Amino acid sequence: MPVELAFDFVSNSAAADVLAARRGWSGFFTFTTLVVILSSTIRLAVPYIFAAIGESIAQRSGVLNLGVDGVMLLGAFAAYYVTLETGGPWQGLGAGLTVGMAMGVLYAFITVTLHATQDISGIGIYLFGLGFSDLLFRQLVGTPIPIERFEGVFEFIVPDERLDVPYPNLYNHSIIIYLAFLLVPLAWLTVSKTTFGLNIRAAGENPEAADSLGVSVVRTRYTTIIIGNALAGVGGAALVLDKGIYFQNITNGIGFIAVALVYFGAWRPLGVLAGSLLFSLVTSAVLEWRTLGILTGAAAQLTEMVPAVITVVALVIVTRRIGQPSALTQTFSREINY
Amino acid sequence: MKLLEMVGITKHFVGVLANDNINFDLNQCEIHTLLGENGAGKSTLMKILYGLYNPDEGEIRLRGETIEIKSPSDAIRHGIGMVHQHFMLVPTLTVAENVSLGLRSSRHPLTDLPAVSKRITELSELYSLKVDPDTYIWQLAMGERQRVEILKALYRNASVLVLDEPTAALTPQEVAELIHVLKKMAADGRGIIFISHKLKEVMAVSDRITVLRDGQVTGEITPAQTNESQLAQMMVGRPVQLVPDRPKIKLGEPRLVIQDLYVDGDRGDRAVVGVSLEVREGEILGLAGVSGNGQRELAQAVAGMRNVVSGTVKVGGKDTTNKHPKVVRQARLSYVPEERLYEGTIPSFAVSDNLILLDRRDKRFCQYNFMHFTNIKEHCLNLVRRFLIKTPTLETTTSDLSGGNIQKLIMARELSGRPKVLLASQPTIGIDVGATEYIYSQLLEQKADGCAILLISEDLDELMVLADRIAVIYEGQIMDILDHQEADLEQLGLLMAGVKENVPWLHRQMAQPLSMA
Repeated sequence: MPVELAFDFVSNSAAADVLAARRGWSGFFTFTTLVVILSSTIRLAVPYIFAAIGESIAQRSGVLNLGVDGVMLLGAFAAYYVTLETGGPWQGLGAGLTVGMAMGVLYAFITVTLHATQDISGIGIYLFGLGFSDLLFRQLVGTPIPIERFEGVFEFIVPDERLDVPYPNLYNHSIIIYLAFLLVPLAWLTVSKTTFGLNIRAAGENPEAADSLGVSVVRTRYTTIIIGNALAGVGGAALVLDKGIYFQNITNGIGFIAVALVYFGAWRPLGVLAGSLLFSLVTSAVLEWRTLGILTGAAAQLTEMVPAVITVVALVIVTRRIGQPSALTQTFSREINY
Repeated sequence: MKLLEMVGITKHFVGVLANDNINFDLNQCEIHTLLGENGAGKSTLMKILYGLYNPDEGEIRLRGETIEIKSPSDAIRHGIGMVHQHFMLVPTLTVAENVSLGLRSSRHPLTDLPAVSKRITELSELYSLKVDPDTYIWQLAMGERQRVEILKALYRNASVLVLDEPTAALTPQEVAELIHVLKKMAADGRGIIFISHKLKEVMAVSDRITVLRDGQVTGEITPAQTNESQLAQMMVGRPVQLVPDRPKIKLGEPRLVIQDLYVDGDRGDRAVVGVSLEVREGEILGLAGVSGNGQRELAQAVAGMRNVVSGTVKVGGKDTTNKHPKVVRQARLSYVPEERLYEGTIPSFAVSDNLILLDRRDKRFCQYNFMHFTNIKEHCLNLVRRFLIKTPTLETTTSDLSGGNIQKLIMARELSGRPKVLLASQPTIGIDVGATEYIYSQLLEQKADGCAILLISEDLDELMVLADRIAVIYEGQIMDILDHQEADLEQLGLLMAGVKENVPWLHRQMAQPLSMA
């Protein structure tokens, strides 16, 4: 069943003509290109937003999870497989969420209950996710088959009709993209304005103080880890449901960059969003250079490094650690230190 | 009826009997002090009461009824509040957020901070505990943070309030204020358990005193029936000389000269602001101040462990400003750091390894880059005997020793080289009366030997007993330098709080040209 490729600009002949007219640097500095870049920025940012917002909530409670990328891969595969089998992207999204939550329970058990070192455990989770998702893919699927994707929201509002608005590509994204952007204020509200958020911040800054007032650090951290991992799973699912296909290591390090974005965003939801958008903007601009033939051959290959370089440079510039939870990576136990 | 009874409490930790069948009770309207050295079991007993530890044996009764306290929330529910030795506050949250932590909000799941702030203001007016509910904890001074801790307990309607070493970080004025507040809270029908090893305060605040030693109760007494030296004896188990004899020494040439020193802190702030000090041969110069006013940075700068922005440091006439610690050491400066376990020793090393850290390249201990174990052992055994370090063997891991013995180990290492200048930072903080007595005697022996000693301390009694002159540091600046005969606690306390106005001796000082300017 052919699926309308809502975001693919080179898929039909009209778009190909437009592209031909835009080739080169002169084509880059046009309004059309700007719309293309902005639209793809919004799309590309989604997996980063889910994973990084989730990770920022867990980190606010004092838990670092370097295994985000592994959880995303598992979530991505689960979403792909379930969508393939049932034909419904919503079921796929649910599967990504569920797998993420399960990984959250596992990671919380390892780090909170068993007091294991967080950074090493996180790397273990990543390697597990990387290997296991590939194993499952080979065993259960083998050759990649395209799957059903979410339709643009316009299809929800006015099915079977074209909505007449300027630059529909800027708005006509899948529902999951809107959910990602909705998540940002929701995360802010939870962390800053609720009693649960207060518990999260206390557990991340001074778990002994929280404990001495009867706040359960264990329960708080379990909850935030499960939320964080569930969102990582959703991030992976969003990636697959956007691409409509699955392959080995499909995230290609998105989860690690998401962890970096938490630092970049100074543990604030809005900062994390800004980081995700900046990163995606650079990525999509570089993609556009290649599409427009500005960069070819080895130069085009080298540009794949640009986003990673940007991340490192940004993190070096943003060295202020204001906002870093004091108890980040510290395990908590009442009687352990006697 | 007793407000609170703890009956037959026993608690083991691995290899240690922290509480051995302890009985303790508290009446309404009473301030009952738990007195004892570090490791006597005071904090363990109170952590059991607050549900942080579970006892092996024994029971707790509240108004005659046996209750079970498995966690702090149980304790809070039964009206037991605790002000911990290390403040249990979240620095990045506001006062109101800290107070409301763990409580159910009236607007659940959202927070309810305006209502909390209002109640805090009421309580703080009632008990004259002045604090602004909307400021962040990190902006508050130590005394204010303590008020927040007390407000936390009052907000939860605590009828039993435990204060674990509450005066450790306070100026004398703040201590007086605290005692006033505590008496008022007791008069309102609460029971207060006060933990301390500072005898003067204990005598001033208590209705009753229970003394603990090695996990057991060694006596119960009222202040009217006792005095400070008897209490010290009950704590230590032998007579203690609280005020050592001060040797009469003629002061010689300046050995440590600090001139117009500026040093930055860890956060890039200016921690030491134009400090000038001079310590002469055979002199002990005390540096008083509430911790965090630049003492640490000053000590590290003098020891060569922190860069100086401007100004000079001279040790024995030699300019050591911004020189490597090795050069400073060669000028015969010894350094007893404030953080004894991590800065003063390598905790995972054996006692003998830590004892020769300074002399490890000495020909006696190191030949052709190989360690000479026979000589090292002999040398270390000598030091352990001479400095009364209690350690099972020389190979014992240093971190397994008690705080007092670690401090003796550091003193042994630092003093064995017969230093010309000794920089000692908080040498007796957190160590027991017995070891303190010994460290005082060592400091005075060095003084008699002509060593110039810069003694940094928060304990004003200690400075009054040991120092020839006392300089007071506040926000990185020297407020004044007083001769020990003319200094009194009140004056020092005001200077420590940064108050300089309307003090007659100040005008006397200002009338003369400033010597160091």
